[in-house]
Amino acid sequence: MSNKPLIEVNGLSKYFDVNTGLFKSKKLKAVDNVSFSIKKGETLGLVGESGCGKTTVGRTILHLYNPTSGEIVYDGKKIKSKESIEEFRRHATMVFQDPYSSLNPRMTVSDIIGEPLDVHKLYSSKKEREEKILELMSHVGLNSEHASRYAHEFSGGQRQRIGIARSLAVNPDFIVCDEPVSALDVSIQAQVINMFEDLQDKMGLTYLFIAHDLLVVRHISDRIAVMYLGRMVELADASEIYDRPLHPYSKSLLSAVPVPDPKIARENKRIVLEGDIPSPLNAPSGCPFRTRCPYATEQCAASMPEFKEVEPGHFVACHRVGEIN
Amino acid sequence: MNKRPFSMQVDLDMFTPASDKEKEYLVKMRPSSTFFKDGVKRLIKNKIASISLLLVVIVALASIILPMFWPYSYDQQLGLQPGKPVDPSYNNLAPFEYGRTEMKLMEEGVEIFPHLFGTDALGRDYFIRVVYGTRISLAVGFFASIIVLLIGMTIGSIAGYMGGKVDLVIMRIVDIIYSLPDMLMVILLSSVLKVSLGPVIAGTVLEKIGSNIISLFIVFGVLYWVSMSRLIRGQILSLREQEYVLAARATGAKGSWIITKHLIPNSISVVIISTALQIPNAIFTESYLSFLGLGVNAPMPSLGSLASEALKGMSSYPHRLVIPAIVISIIVLSLNLLGDGLRDAFDPKLNG
Repeated sequence: MSNKPLIEVNGLSKYFDVNTGLFKSKKLKAVDNVSFSIKKGETLGLVGESGCGKTTVGRTILHLYNPTSGEIVYDGKKIKSKESIEEFRRHATMVFQDPYSSLNPRMTVSDIIGEPLDVHKLYSSKKEREEKILELMSHVGLNSEHASRYAHEFSGGQRQRIGIARSLAVNPDFIVCDEPVSALDVSIQAQVINMFEDLQDKMGLTYLFIAHDLLVVRHISDRIAVMYLGRMVELADASEIYDRPLHPYSKSLLSAVPVPDPKIARENKRIVLEGDIPSPLNAPSGCPFRTRCPYATEQCAASMPEFKEVEPGHFVACHRVGEIN
Repeated sequence: MNKRPFSMQVDLDMFTPASDKEKEYLVKMRPSSTFFKDGVKRLIKNKIASISLLLVVIVALASIILPMFWPYSYDQQLGLQPGKPVDPSYNNLAPFEYGRTEMKLMEEGVEIFPHLFGTDALGRDYFIRVVYGTRISLAVGFFASIIVLLIGMTIGSIAGYMGGKVDLVIMRIVDIIYSLPDMLMVILLSSVLKVSLGPVIAGTVLEKIGSNIISLFIVFGVLYWVSMSRLIRGQILSLREQEYVLAARATGAKGSWIITKHLIPNSISVVIISTALQIPNAIFTESYLSFLGLGVNAPMPSLGSLASEALKGMSSYPHRLVIPAIVISIIVLSLNLLGDGLRDAFDPKLNG
């Protein structure tokens, strides 16, 4: 792992227009002013509740959505123009959440895996294409006889392997993993997670690993970012954030992680938040978490807390971070 | 042995490892089946659909092959011999009757090919006219559906994929065409085109086909693509939100790639079905236009124009009306049943 960041995200925002009436529309702030960077060979875990904008961050980085504002810098180059996006897509790919809907049911496995090769024309002969596909399949533990099968003939875990092989086809440096294991059952999850780690060691990959399963994220991530309502609330090393979360939201989130030991589980006190996550259409003023925060004050309603480094490598967005810890 | 009394005690010596040959056999056991093969298999299993398919194929082949070696042609007036006065005995023959000169020849021992359905008012063999009319009707049906398919698929998939303003404009045009009264437009267009197309196509290959049939194709092309394009747009609207389309976009695929590789292959079953159901529709339209006198140019027959001519002598020669009507019914019914069978065979909801 080098110290140079491979990808930097600066003040990324993505607002969607939502029609609320015949001619009225409102801005839905799915992602609001998110900044982070990922070093080469590192895995950044991104966690948060459903609907907090994790997936949108991943997709906006890959320009599947046009960012409303903010910039993405990859390997020192800004990703903005059409050409730079095209070039970027040969280095950055994505693994999708649902292995059932992310594979075209009318294509054979070799066509699915070979699609990025076809799109970028990364081969000179049919034979070379076939060889590359078989090599990719062996990387992810699929047999060569599976190549002519259709996706519906496979189990969930195998399908996810096909999806991973597809994302590896362009020989990328950076992969956005959008909840790649949450649709799989636990035993398969372990296999796939281990495969992600093996591939990282072998190919020197950098991951943005989006998930809501905190144990999985802790296992695979070097650093973890916590999102709430489209904003990043905390970012720190994985062990640091697990042992000493500073933001009240992270605290409650981490207290909800099930512990596979009933004795410890009984002693651990769960911090139960009240109420639901507010609609991002009517986000509260000031700190977005203040409506559910047990420590909220008037200051929290008045102004947005800054996302600042309180300790080396530990970023938190909370006004009262000094008082409550 | 008594440690686990409830589990089956298995003697491992009874097992031998599988040989390579056996393994190979197991791998080959189930050949990978494509969606298309599965569909064809299901279609063949469906009795009604396969009978309909057989009927359509027989009728189509007959209409193509029979005129090649039939002794009479569709426009030959049998009573009209060069240098001789018109022999009216050939007009309005009943099935299996013969004209006067033919009777004479038969008495001399010459074999005469029977007039299976008799002759019409001008002494033309009615069987070959029906066969020829079937050929025209089927050709119009198939080609019109293909035109509708091509236009509808192109416009529908563009509207569905692009969305936004492009979709809005295209769909409003579709709405406008939808709101016009079909029948009136068809009649107006074909009567206008019939007159104005003649000089345009004179001297080209198209002249052989005849301005009327070409105007029919144009009418179909202009009016009937709308429902096809709506259908395909709907399909594509729902398909483009699928994650595999997003995955293709993430790899940097262009719109045309996504439409041709992902969206159209996934809506192809709907396309096949509605095209199959479009054919009888086109045959019907052709028939009623011919019935109204806007169809094919005389002397060329079509099933509709045959029925229309037969209407005048309906009480004396009912078979002349009944035969083309039955042929139309058989074609339309079997195509409709075939379309239903295709839907059952290729409906994506039935295969998991």
